[in-house]
Amino acid sequence: MLRKHSYLQLFTAVCKKDLQLAFRQRAEIVNPLLFFLIVITLFPLAIGPEPGLLARMAPGIIWVAALLSTMLGLDKIFRDDFHDGSLEQLIASSYPLPLTVLAKVCAHWVITGLPLVLMTPLFALLLNLDSQSLVATVFTLLLGTPLLSFIGAIGAGLTVGLQKGGILMSLLVLPLYIPVLIFATSAIDTSSMSLDYSGQLAILGAMLVVAVMSAPIAISSALKVSVS
Amino acid sequence: MQFDSFSDFIAMGGYGFYVWLSFGTCALILLGILLSSLNDTKRILASVKQQADREQRIKQAKQEQKS
Amino acid sequence: MWKWLHPYAKADRAYQLCNTLLPYFAVITVVCMVVGWVWGLAYAPADYQQKDSYRIIFIHVPSAILSMGAYSSMAIAAIVALVWQLRNAELAVIAIAPVGACATAIALITGAAWGKPMWGAWWVWDARLTSELILLFLYLGVLSLYHAFEDKKAAGRAASILAIVGVINLPIIHFSVEWWNTLHQGASITKFNTEAIDPSMFWPLMVNIVAFAAFVGTVTLIRLKNEILQREKHRPWVRQLIKRG
Repeated sequence: MLRKHSYLQLFTAVCKKDLQLAFRQRAEIVNPLLFFLIVITLFPLAIGPEPGLLARMAPGIIWVAALLSTMLGLDKIFRDDFHDGSLEQLIASSYPLPLTVLAKVCAHWVITGLPLVLMTPLFALLLNLDSQSLVATVFTLLLGTPLLSFIGAIGAGLTVGLQKGGILMSLLVLPLYIPVLIFATSAIDTSSMSLDYSGQLAILGAMLVVAVMSAPIAISSALKVSVS
Repeated sequence: MQFDSFSDFIAMGGYGFYVWLSFGTCALILLGILLSSLNDTKRILASVKQQADREQRIKQAKQEQKS
Repeated sequence: MWKWLHPYAKADRAYQLCNTLLPYFAVITVVCMVVGWVWGLAYAPADYQQKDSYRIIFIHVPSAILSMGAYSSMAIAAIVALVWQLRNAELAVIAIAPVGACATAIALITGAAWGKPMWGAWWVWDARLTSELILLFLYLGVLSLYHAFEDKKAAGRAASILAIVGVINLPIIHFSVEWWNTLHQGASITKFNTEAIDPSMFWPLMVNIVAFAAFVGTVTLIRLKNEILQREKHRPWVRQLIKRG
């Protein structure tokens, strides 16, 4: 087979298609955000509205809510392509599947992760987070949410062929999220004590680099299993 | 032998509940998985045998029809 | 070595190998377990600090070691299955997973039963306990993924991929949890004294570790035999097995 297009063209084409699809049905972008907001509203109602307590728990609350809301969108990442058969076409094409997968995961992050990062100042306001911690929260989310997308996409690829893959996927993926959660919340904690938290960010960044390199390979072999 | 009597052995110097609890659950879990695995073997072999017998019967019936 | 190893890719040869190995493992298990438990429970001296409660170590430590050992052997089998496309290795992944999950569960339960008299609580968010709990989740994930697939061929490969992803993540999870723990709480927990353990306690512990390892081997072999039989149901060699047996 001939390869008419460069890898960069392939990457942008896949990204563009996914983004266009998402922007046409905006519910896909808005729903996880609304879910995030509602989860965050639930916490003060459950544990009490005391500002000090909320500020203390805010990093944990924001991160657990972020984990859950990215879970929501993950189910979608390969499902539509699987059902209309285009996933099979992508696997059968002469272009490397890991690259296509990388493009899809990036598009998924722009749809679900980026809005979350952009909305964080609002959530921080709700939880009485000080500005120092807010900066740290934004940084950790910026590094952490793509990591969540990459790890989650492995689970999504493994379960895409299953009828009731949604709950199973969260079961597979959530244990793998634990290191991200630990380092991110600890970075925010450290920053609230006005200490240097670049170490935690560096570890998150390192994990992200490893994930970008290795996760697409795992995802594409998972997809091959699911499609065959 | 570290213990003077059998009741001493059961008491484990006051920690009997915890020691026997952990050894008991350990034994239960180990026995459980061992027995269920052996049971699986039996079940699979029985199903294979059943299938083989059925095929044998079908063959026989066909031969009887022919003759 | 490959020439020697290759015939075992065939199901009937692997089955025969399981059968020849099984009695050895079973005998070692029975002998070591009886000796280890009696020695550990009745003859080993009591610890000067923890008194008789420390006897839980004789099952806690072996099960904890084997929970991780079983996971790594499962991951090795998974790598073999994916790289060389050996179906038997996939079956081995599925044969080990439940046994490893049981070992992990035992390690957690005995850890809790030991923690109650020593730390005063059934569950402490200790680094080792937490990562053991996450290990249990990983095992359960592999198992439930396997059982979710209708097509067992795809199921084996999917479970293998997950096992490999898990084994890459396991050290990261372990170190992050350890680091998280030292951050959140100081050394309030008195761990079992790490200085050289007395021979009178060390040898029964070793016997118990061997016993546990042999037990894991035995059950894995039985389960592997089951998986092979289940898959090769309609092959002639299985039929002959029935006729002979």
